[in-house]
Amino acid sequence: MEEGKVVSRSLQQSAAAYAVIHEKFGDALSAFDGNETMPFFEVLDASLWVDIALYMRDHPKLKFNYMACLTGLDYPLEEKLGIVCNFESIGIFPHKLAVKVKCAREGGSIPSVACVWHTANWQEREAYDMYGMLFTGHPDMRRILCPDDWEGFPLRKDYKVQETYHGIKVPY
Amino acid sequence: MGLLDAAITRHNVVVTSVDNVLNWARLSSLWPMGFGLACCAIEMMATNASNYDLERFGIFPRSSPRQSDLMIVAGTVTMKMAERVVRLYEQMPEPRYVLSMGSCSNCGGPYWEHGYHVLKGVDRIIPVDVYVPGCPPRPESLIGGLMKVQELIRMEQIGISRADALKKLAEKSVDPQFIIEQERKAAGA
Repeated sequence: MEEGKVVSRSLQQSAAAYAVIHEKFGDALSAFDGNETMPFFEVLDASLWVDIALYMRDHPKLKFNYMACLTGLDYPLEEKLGIVCNFESIGIFPHKLAVKVKCAREGGSIPSVACVWHTANWQEREAYDMYGMLFTGHPDMRRILCPDDWEGFPLRKDYKVQETYHGIKVPY
Repeated sequence: MGLLDAAITRHNVVVTSVDNVLNWARLSSLWPMGFGLACCAIEMMATNASNYDLERFGIFPRSSPRQSDLMIVAGTVTMKMAERVVRLYEQMPEPRYVLSMGSCSNCGGPYWEHGYHVLKGVDRIIPVDVYVPGCPPRPESLIGGLMKVQELIRMEQIGISRADALKKLAEKSVDPQFIIEQERKAAGA
């Protein structure tokens, strides 16, 4: 953060939380992005994602006990897919933080945090359903909204809808 | 003159055709299947409830397709739901009628272009007799559609096909603008 810049209280709290995580994991994390809307950092070494998640949940100064949201993202220019997770600490701390994790666009995978926050179970299935990245270690890696035999991943930028589904015409 | 009026004025003796009696019986107890798919179903439930009171027409939702004459497709039909709708339709005994309620089941509605998961019109999988436009249609529109189904039943005869009955119904169509003007004049507007 720039010196002398006035930042809100909530952003200071997010930065303090980031500092605690950064102390432990160092270069596995990107620099802190201190925007006012959604302060976040990126996990550069995705293999450490579960360790970071457990640390965020259990560290006495962090206690991120609530995963508010897990969303998928498509970065066609970078040839990558990613997720954004929003964390809060309900009833313990007022801080909020978002985490981004990326993987390769074709055949990429991200470690699953369904064992850390159970709410991630369905949210990761939804991200897989819409974007097609796999979550390694997920207890039940299937599509959740589309039919099991649906072709393609609808929220990718280059998605083209299939012509027919079980003999029924799909486009208008 | 309706069948019952005739019975009252002529000492309870009615001379009529079998077609007439059958059609009168069928259209006076039209049982739709009680299932809804999206927000149109809320409007359908409101129509069934006391304010609009569909039961005064003998229309009451049944919980099994085996006991239903009419399927009201009320709401967005997703590709996943489409096959279930076909199965329910096939479970209904003939003669059966289908009323497509709302833009989504008519043609895909707001999902027509980018809704990869939405069936663009339920008539792609089952034959539809009456379409009710609206998003969602008001209870009055739904009742209008149901009246149309009743009229279609009235057009039917033993030995003529559904297509012919629909053709007869289309020949009897009235220009709504004419009726609106007439009503306005009668009200003195």
